Amino acid sequence: MKIRILVSFKDSVLDPQGQTVMNALHTLGYGFVKNVRQGKVFELEVEGLSPEKAEKAIPELAGRVLANPIIEKFSWQVLES
Amino acid sequence: MKFGVVVFPGSNCDYDAYHVLLNVLNQDSFFLWHKDHDLKGADCVILPGGFSYGDYLRSGAIARFSPLMREVAEFAERGGLVMGICNGFQILMEMGLLPGAMLRNKRLKFLCQFVHLRLEKTETPFTGLGHRGQVLRIPIAHYEGNYFAPAETLEELERGGQVIFRYCDPEGRLGEEANVNGALNSIAGIINRRGNVLGMMPHPERASEAVMGSQDGRLIFESLLKSLK
Repeated sequence: MKIRILVSFKDSVLDPQGQTVMNALHTLGYGFVKNVRQGKVFELEVEGLSPEKAEKAIPELAGRVLANPIIEKFSWQVLES
Repeated sequence: MKFGVVVFPGSNCDYDAYHVLLNVLNQDSFFLWHKDHDLKGADCVILPGGFSYGDYLRSGAIARFSPLMREVAEFAERGGLVMGICNGFQILMEMGLLPGAMLRNKRLKFLCQFVHLRLEKTETPFTGLGHRGQVLRIPIAHYEGNYFAPAETLEELERGGQVIFRYCDPEGRLGEEANVNGALNSIAGIINRRGNVLGMMPHPERASEAVMGSQDGRLIFESLLKSLK
């Protein structure tokens, strides 16, 4: 099974990198971009994990290791079962 | 007094700390390899600056899983003195021994410069020789030193007198300009509630000899010596 986990700053945390990217886009004329939030993508290949177990294990590992819950949030999806 | 300086792959201020403790302050100092399981009887454990594990994932995020860190956590729990400098501070936060997290500096630049710090509290083993409001000149060298904590945590830190150092101007005044990295409440260093674990972004080990341009960092190491006598 392949799982994708997205980690990004919480909405309450400033993301100056995202701001800088947005400014660059504006400079290039893409004025329709109203906000940019930058994050990280993790793709995990897992074995022997039932969908039910994944429901528990993936958020657990994302919250313990991949994201720092003080400043970051995460979401995840199954890419291939 | 015995100082153990923890060495991770990517630590680069380990020798600086070791040198100051051994040669400047004449203390029994030794390195502690991150894969060991023994603090070798250290009275104080130093987590030095650098880029442990290349700052992969997040600064300090991987170092916290090093075998030795279990011993360090237990040592801190027993009241042992632990001091995290720069990357060491980041590791202490990732371990949960200190609250908060570091964001990138407000102007997205690596900052390597002298800063002024206002000493906020002297009733700690790390600052006992100073006086409240004293201004120390100590360098910083970091990209992620913009202290962040949720509002309620920040309030708790302030109420509990856990903020030990704040970025200030040479006269000790706080302000946007002096707060070079954008840290919340100008926070440069905090202590845990029990008062035995200190984390600070500035590098006192780089300001402990006249040849380095400042000796203000010695106040911290000498305070430690006095507290352990």
